[in-house]
Amino acid sequence: MAILLTEHTPVLVQGITGRIGRFHAQEMIEYGTNVVGGVTPGRGGSSELDRPVFNTVKDAVRATGAEASIVFVPPPFAADAIMEAADAGIRYCVCITDGIPTQDMLRVKRYMWRYRAADRMVLTGPNCAGTISPGKAMLGIMPGHIYTPGRVGIIGRSGTLGYEAASQLSALGIGVSTSVGIGGDPINGSSFRDHLARFEDDEDTDAVIMIGEIGGPQEADGAAFFQQRMSKPVVAYIAGISAPKGRKMGHAGAIVSGVGESAQEKVEILRAAGVRVAPDPSSMGATIVAVLGERGLIPAAADAS
Amino acid sequence: MDVHEYQAKEILARYGIPVPRGGLAYSPEQASYRCTELGGDAWVVKAQVHSGGRGEAGGVKVCRSDREVHDVANGLFGTRLVTRQAPGGKPVYRVYVEEASDIARELYLALVLDRASEKILVVASSEGGMEIEELAERDPDAVIRSVVEPAVGLTSFQAREIAFALGLEAGQIAQAAKLFQSAYRAFRDLDATMLEINPLVVTGEGELVAVDAKMSFDDNALFRHPEITELRDRSQEDPRERHASDRGLAYVGLDGDIGCMINGAGLAMATMDMIKLAGGEPANFLDIGGGASPERVLKAFRAVLNDKAVRVMLINIFAGINRCDWVAEGVVAAFGQIDVTIPVVVRLAGTNVEEGKRILRESGLPIITADNLAEAAQEAVTAARAAVPA
Repeated sequence: MAILLTEHTPVLVQGITGRIGRFHAQEMIEYGTNVVGGVTPGRGGSSELDRPVFNTVKDAVRATGAEASIVFVPPPFAADAIMEAADAGIRYCVCITDGIPTQDMLRVKRYMWRYRAADRMVLTGPNCAGTISPGKAMLGIMPGHIYTPGRVGIIGRSGTLGYEAASQLSALGIGVSTSVGIGGDPINGSSFRDHLARFEDDEDTDAVIMIGEIGGPQEADGAAFFQQRMSKPVVAYIAGISAPKGRKMGHAGAIVSGVGESAQEKVEILRAAGVRVAPDPSSMGATIVAVLGERGLIPAAADAS
Repeated sequence: MDVHEYQAKEILARYGIPVPRGGLAYSPEQASYRCTELGGDAWVVKAQVHSGGRGEAGGVKVCRSDREVHDVANGLFGTRLVTRQAPGGKPVYRVYVEEASDIARELYLALVLDRASEKILVVASSEGGMEIEELAERDPDAVIRSVVEPAVGLTSFQAREIAFALGLEAGQIAQAAKLFQSAYRAFRDLDATMLEINPLVVTGEGELVAVDAKMSFDDNALFRHPEITELRDRSQEDPRERHASDRGLAYVGLDGDIGCMINGAGLAMATMDMIKLAGGEPANFLDIGGGASPERVLKAFRAVLNDKAVRVMLINIFAGINRCDWVAEGVVAAFGQIDVTIPVVVRLAGTNVEEGKRILRESGLPIITADNLAEAAQEAVTAARAAVPA
């Protein structure tokens, strides 16, 4: 199965006529993603990459039955694009845009409460590399070829560090069921906890790697969920041991501004909850191999590593 | 983005929050003239730097004559004020001269973005003048917290609850509640990320006055606040960071000697961690971002080498949207345009990695290549050790 996204999921690209939107729509189509159309206000009726373009997300959903969308809309307008997707009945939305004002995201999160839990869209990002179910579909901007299909789930705040993890796994002969980027902003659409829950329920996932960093309460929240509710093993890595307090490290959300937000504190919280923490970023793959080995979950082919 | 105290107070005053009368000075003469303008018999001279803890660092002084104001200001201009928050010091180019307040009580008020509730949080305490982190640790119950519902804003009843919890007298409640709501409006309207009034003073006459104020703003929202963007004071920024940010690079200066050029914030932090674990010290955080054209690589080279403490440079690129061959061309071009005299370690992975490696190999340049993260960090640390003069 994989979570959130399969080769059958019909996908809309919001901002498909922009340079970046068009480029990544092409890449996603080549990977096998079921891209059924795009949305650019004022360009309805035209076509892009042989897909129809619509003025509104509602029009696009009505005409194509789209269930997921990916947002490549510039920061001043991105929050609005997310809410439009939620209101049109999109089930899963990835927002790639980096640079959305934090208060816009507060309003987006508040807006989502107008829908009953069962009808509420799942949002990942903003400021993320997207989601990929290797071998099936890609809803993001990652290099698809570095992921091998398999049974390990990845959840991460950083794009390239997620690539690093995926390539370490591929080198060790371990594949990925789904990799979810939750983004580097202070306010995310969804959290480690939300996707740990999905992986726990996914028959095709054996273990999960969560890749966190300094700033915010989400890693600790994920650790609590693991301790209370998970049977599957989780490996974690937290970036930013060398990051000074009070400085923003590239990501708007990567800043230590309170108790429990430093990498050291998060590592302690995760360890105390029973999560296996990779000692350094180059051993994320080796740590998952060790954990899978202990549980007898490594396929024979990968044992040689 | 941070602003100065006097700028934060101008903003708060615009929202109807009482602040002491005062004036800015760029010279000791202006400072003493401000006394004459303000009148009275006591003034506070405050160094305007982007840092807290100015008082204990000697940046805030009460004066009794215009001569004293002149001398205190004279002693501050041109110095670097070293505070607990800014151990490297911040240069003093502006001082603020303010009428001294008649202080009966000192309270604390702050608005922050609370990432756990994903809402704006009002934090208050009846013990003003001290660091809130200290207070929260010593006596968590003494800290009043109120979460603001974004769709409604800070309600009157919430504002009153905070005022009563601060132990204000009946006659002060309405004024305090209005002040808290004004502070919330300023925070919301201007896309602030932090607003702190510490102390919020109750004067001998029972009036509430914001005697010190600090505000920070969301960099991502500056596009819709040109009036805030104008308040940027570049003298308060690390020159290395200023150089990089002027060129659109996300850079944070650190104290080590291994310069870093990496794509992606998470990978950049992880690489710095790896350097540290290998026994080295990173000189900077630098994310060159997604579209790393040769021009961008060249700019990043300059930003890293701008720090004279750098003895080795480590380039770690995991190309997704990027292409390793472009990055490699950028590195080769940089060698052609800048006099690179230090060892450079390069690790490439991802899209077009083989082509990128070939370009580096055939360039004949003295580049140390590495195949993975651990090896790259180890090579950089080894080279840094070798580069330390005996």
